[in-house]
Amino acid sequence: MEDYLMLVVSAIFINNILLIRFLGNCPFVGVSSSMSSALGMSAAVLFVNVLASLICWILQKTVLDVFGLEYLQTLVFILVIAALVQLVEIIMQKVAPPLYRALGIFLPLITTNCMIFGVAVLNIKEEYTFMQALVYAISTALGFNMALILLAGIRERMDSTARVPKLLQGVPICLITAGMMGLTFAGLLGLAK
Amino acid sequence: MAARIVKEFTKGLWKEIAPFRFVLGLCSVLAVTTDVKNGLGLGCAVIFVTTMSNVLVSALRKIIPDKVRIAVFIVIIATGVVIVELTMQAYFYSLFLVLGIWIPLIVVNCLVLGRAEAFARKEGVMLSLADGVGMGLGFTISLVVVATIREILGKGTWFGLPVMWEGYPGFEFMIRPVGAFVCLGLLLGIMNVISARGRRKRK
Repeated sequence: MEDYLMLVVSAIFINNILLIRFLGNCPFVGVSSSMSSALGMSAAVLFVNVLASLICWILQKTVLDVFGLEYLQTLVFILVIAALVQLVEIIMQKVAPPLYRALGIFLPLITTNCMIFGVAVLNIKEEYTFMQALVYAISTALGFNMALILLAGIRERMDSTARVPKLLQGVPICLITAGMMGLTFAGLLGLAK
Repeated sequence: MAARIVKEFTKGLWKEIAPFRFVLGLCSVLAVTTDVKNGLGLGCAVIFVTTMSNVLVSALRKIIPDKVRIAVFIVIIATGVVIVELTMQAYFYSLFLVLGIWIPLIVVNCLVLGRAEAFARKEGVMLSLADGVGMGLGFTISLVVVATIREILGKGTWFGLPVMWEGYPGFEFMIRPVGAFVCLGLLLGIMNVISARGRRKRK
């Protein structure tokens, strides 16, 4: 039990997937300009991340490892993710139209979110068991969501109140803000591995 | 034709240089630039993948059905990445260990897919080749620039050779993840100043 707790704390705070491990930075900069899109993206990422990394884990253990096809990992994982995103989009459109309207535009963006692919690969690299992979996928997604929502909040606030120098407006100040956030997270280093 | 090839090649080097002008492929720029050697290694891998995917996509552009084009592009890119991965593992093993997860992650580097979608799918093979090499080279240059700043300030070395004075303590902030964000943010700011000045001069 303690192991799992450690895994959760480490994935959310200490090795935050976004600020410390640098996975998924493109949507981080792209959708953090408003709170509502940050929330939509967060929900979509949580959903796809868990599903994709579990399917990839199962495929790796039951097909790739068994038949000695480890070198196809990259190809298989990215196809699984691309197909899954498409599938989720179609199913959601049919079964839950309101949810689709809220999350729809974020789903295609997720295919190129390197965090989904990264977590799937990390699960195999770190040799996690199925349960560990599940916990890891959930907690990395939560870590991503936390950083994204915090940054969106800061950016909204900054747009309305702060006077940002002209040359730093837009992406540059967003990156510097993210750096400062990373600094606070770095303060937690040493709590766990 | 020759002039156009030169134009498509050089636009990747300054006018549309990848992570600075468009925020594409940001993750790897932030992650591998702790020293110049890693930056250059990943850059070379990206040059190969963008060039290969651009040429193949452009050669096959008339037979790829429009509806499933993204999936086809991804398969082409993933093939290129697997080639790079296996080659590196065989001949540059130490670099392979350091870059680790970032080599397979080239597959989701938006730069590569972006070039296939925005350029190679509409243009001829020669132009796509020029575009692929130029864009890849531009990306490598950006990686090396960021890595140079971070390695010199962070460790006092460049390419592993000491360049600062004896006993330089090393500004650890720069090689930490935090330094990557701040360094890239400031660089983008500087790029904005230079572009703004160029525009004013032209007027």
